[in-house]
Amino acid sequence: MLRALAGALVVGLATPALGIYLVQRRLSLIGDGIGHVALTGVGLGLLLQTSPVLTAVAVAATAAVAMELVRERGRTSGDVALAILFYGGIAGGVALVQVSTQHSNANLLSYLFGSLLTTTQTDLIAIAVLSAAVFAVCLFGRPWLFAVCQDEEYARVSGLPVRALNLTLAVTTAVTVTVAMRAVGLLLVSALMVVPVATAQQFTRGFNTTMYVSMALGFVAAGTGVVISASSDTSPGATIVLVAIGMFITVTLATAVARAARRHLPSSTAPQPEPPEVVLEL
Amino acid sequence: MTSVLSATNLTVAYGGRSVLRDVSLEMRRGEVVAILGANGSGKSTLIRACLGLVPLATGDVTLFGVARRSFRQWWRLGYVPQRVGATSGVPATVGEVVSSGRLARRGLLRLARAVDHAAVERSLGAVGLADRVADPVATLSGGQQQRTLIARALAGEPEVLILDEPTAGVDAASQEAFADALRQFTAAGGTVLLVAHELGPLEPLVSRAVVLHHGAIVHDGAVPAPAGHHAQPHHDHVHPHAPADPGGIWGAA
Repeated sequence: MLRALAGALVVGLATPALGIYLVQRRLSLIGDGIGHVALTGVGLGLLLQTSPVLTAVAVAATAAVAMELVRERGRTSGDVALAILFYGGIAGGVALVQVSTQHSNANLLSYLFGSLLTTTQTDLIAIAVLSAAVFAVCLFGRPWLFAVCQDEEYARVSGLPVRALNLTLAVTTAVTVTVAMRAVGLLLVSALMVVPVATAQQFTRGFNTTMYVSMALGFVAAGTGVVISASSDTSPGATIVLVAIGMFITVTLATAVARAARRHLPSSTAPQPEPPEVVLEL
Repeated sequence: MTSVLSATNLTVAYGGRSVLRDVSLEMRRGEVVAILGANGSGKSTLIRACLGLVPLATGDVTLFGVARRSFRQWWRLGYVPQRVGATSGVPATVGEVVSSGRLARRGLLRLARAVDHAAVERSLGAVGLADRVADPVATLSGGQQQRTLIARALAGEPEVLILDEPTAGVDAASQEAFADALRQFTAAGGTVLLVAHELGPLEPLVSRAVVLHHGAIVHDGAVPAPAGHHAQPHHDHVHPHAPADPGGIWGAA
């Protein structure tokens, strides 16, 4: 239980740190796709009787790099190519996992929806090491990753190594997906990457604060989720995601109420009307 | 006078339709060149091709005398893209966006030093947004967002500013602030290449005008006098507004 909690907390902290770049780039669903493909990696690992986490990282990273190269070309046919990659990934994963286990598909479900309670000492070390790598990239690389995700063309004209930064981000996404696989499962990874960021940005003003607040929200959601799931005997992964979504709904309502209240209060700090940008010829 | 930018025989085609046809342009240090022309004449494509953002069918570009492919001193250029807004999927403050313009100078994985912070502050001051540094970009007006992008370009302390339609859809106050910033920049010896639909308060600053028509240069020299109803004293130019930008993935910012 303590190991489960520790693993969940680290994952809760790491996923929004990476997810914020995906949201910034409006690629919120890419984590989902990489999760699908990672399942093939899991199947491959089980089949070869090596660590499924390592093969999942390798396969997911390869897929992420391929996706980045497709995105870079900006072709519309890339959309279909990605869809085929995603579905091929999950279908291949299901087939491989079943071939390798042969007995039951309890194993498959644990990768799809997480299995925190079976976290071993070795798992925890793997989670900690990989999360440290994710933190290092997301925090120390922030100015450069921010620039590339904010305005890629401008970053190119600034002489930044745009392709290297994009590939770094792609590989880090793959690592994050695999780290979070234990906690919430491949099908729910994207939720932990996106929902805390979506919650935070409703009341934050800047990128850095959004990042810190979303990490804190992810941490709290993971901790609360594990505790609730222990007492209510629900799946920890699903509970964590439900808590995160609950926080999102609460914050959405609270900010809406706050905004309405501010509108009704007479205030001297009311924003000045913008100067007209165009004058219409009548 | 040294060459800042030299483009020879540029041809750009999108899907078989040529947008630029055999265009050559030479720009020297200290010049303020305006590229004028109607919508679709290839103005933006010309500067994007010079910067390597659009693939060339034929032609060569040199920047500061170096072939563009081997050019590495990108901090010498400050680029202001044509953009309706400066926002992305996550809120960012004016200071954060402008700071990203400093990265060209700062180098990879180096911490920001006092000189970097000072440059960001100076460039915000130059466009008149010093008091908005902690505000989210999304709360600014269109003209203020455009000024934010200009401050971002200035933060790298470039020798050349390249601006794509900097005044399109910009309120009068922002146009004045922008003209001031540009005046300071050129007074300090800066070179400017700007694409514009019309010059407005920038006209006295421009030393040379290049007019594009259907992807070819039809005039290169003094700023041409406005013609037709554009020349009438009370002519107001109306720009269509771009669609509103959704704030975030859930439409809330």
